[in-house]
Amino acid sequence: MISKQSISTLKFQQSGSIRLEVEGLKFLDNGPYSFDIKKKECVGVSGKSGIGKTQLLRAITDLIPHSGQLLFDGARCSTFAAPVWRSKVTMIPAESFWWYETVEDHFPLKQKKQSIVEQCESVGFADDVLGWQVGRLSTGEKQRLALIRGLSNTPSVLLLDEPCSALDEYHTKLIESLVLQYIQDKRSSVLWVSHDPDQLQRVADREFSLLKNDLVEKRK
Amino acid sequence: MEVISLGFWDLGMAAVLVFVLALLSLALSLGLEWKILLFGCRMTVQLLIIGVVLRYLFADGSLLMVVLMSTVMLLAAGREVLARQNIRIKGFTGYAIGTGAMFVSSFSVSLIALIVIIRVDPWYTPQYAVPLLGMLLGNTMTGIALALDHLTDRLRREQGVVEQRLLLGQTWKQASMEIRRSCMRTGMIPIINSMAAAGLVSLPGMMTGQILGGTPPIEAVKYQILIIFLIAAGTGFGVICAIWLSGHYLFDKRHRLCLEKLG
Repeated sequence: MISKQSISTLKFQQSGSIRLEVEGLKFLDNGPYSFDIKKKECVGVSGKSGIGKTQLLRAITDLIPHSGQLLFDGARCSTFAAPVWRSKVTMIPAESFWWYETVEDHFPLKQKKQSIVEQCESVGFADDVLGWQVGRLSTGEKQRLALIRGLSNTPSVLLLDEPCSALDEYHTKLIESLVLQYIQDKRSSVLWVSHDPDQLQRVADREFSLLKNDLVEKRK
Repeated sequence: MEVISLGFWDLGMAAVLVFVLALLSLALSLGLEWKILLFGCRMTVQLLIIGVVLRYLFADGSLLMVVLMSTVMLLAAGREVLARQNIRIKGFTGYAIGTGAMFVSSFSVSLIALIVIIRVDPWYTPQYAVPLLGMLLGNTMTGIALALDHLTDRLRREQGVVEQRLLLGQTWKQASMEIRRSCMRTGMIPIINSMAAAGLVSLPGMMTGQILGGTPPIEAVKYQILIIFLIAAGTGFGVICAIWLSGHYLFDKRHRLCLEKLG
């Protein structure tokens, strides 16, 4: 379960070493982009609709062709098999997809069921959620469960693409708390894409504005 | 029993039925009338030509002519596989995958049948080799075309699911496993169904032809059983091969789904 610590308390317990380094990243017509994310850091990214925020995340997960360097703890992306890279650097898309009948079928078998249930409860689900049929889930429920599914791989870097776009204020706060708690517990790093400046203000240690060919750091 | 020779008038009466079907298609706005007429004419011309070619081939009987004939049949089948797909793999690769899968399956099964099972001497005797390969190619072509059409369609429609699974750290084989299995089933179902119906619902064409030609029914049945086994194996191998090749081509080394390779 998530502790009752406030978001602001959770936010400022970061350490310094670099977890993910992006150097001269180019994809499609975008870039070059260079930035890094430190361990236990949450970096926010905003930008106009269609500017390429989602594609930036897809390029970082190596899902689309790109040039430039991606380094995880100093090791190049190409030195990892792609599935290993994506297990370490996991993207949660804004729209989630489901392919089996029940929620439980979508979680890795090795994962302890109890911890998944606890995470589900922390974002507002009943304890029988794993047995639910996917067909009965609302868009918002799918969005919350997709985050839990992504966290079940315990990625070191989490790339969130508007993770609260289908959620009300109450559930948005639950998701923010869960992610910030995860950062602290697992010493992971997060790149959080959002259109909501207030949300980025709440969760991000640093904020960037994405342009077609540049990533501009905002002054806090 | 003597075979009753068919005249052009007899064939013309059968053609009238196809013409009526084309009219029905027009009346029901099915949009198939020109295809029915065009492919009906095309089939007639193709079979008349093959009749002449086979007469020459059977008289000649050389390995070179059999290989040449087989190559022409294979290349034509490859083109048909491509033509039957709504969403195709772009460029020569799309043609090569279908043709390569048919080559591997139909040719290997034909060779095994000629050399090991029928043991005809010489093994390339055109009266055996060409019809056998023709039946195998025809059925394999249908299976492979169905499977590939299903694969490209589903990968495009279910891109989100496949990429979601890739994002969760699955390999391309894991992410597309259900889709590829479903495509293999789609390609093999017609031949499995025809095995179930053979003798009960339908009398297969080759057997019927042999019986009409005066072969004792039991002998015709044995040949038909052999042919259906060969077709089933050839179609199955061809479908598995085509899906395997397509999967490797449509995902790159970094386990990305490359839909830009589809036309």
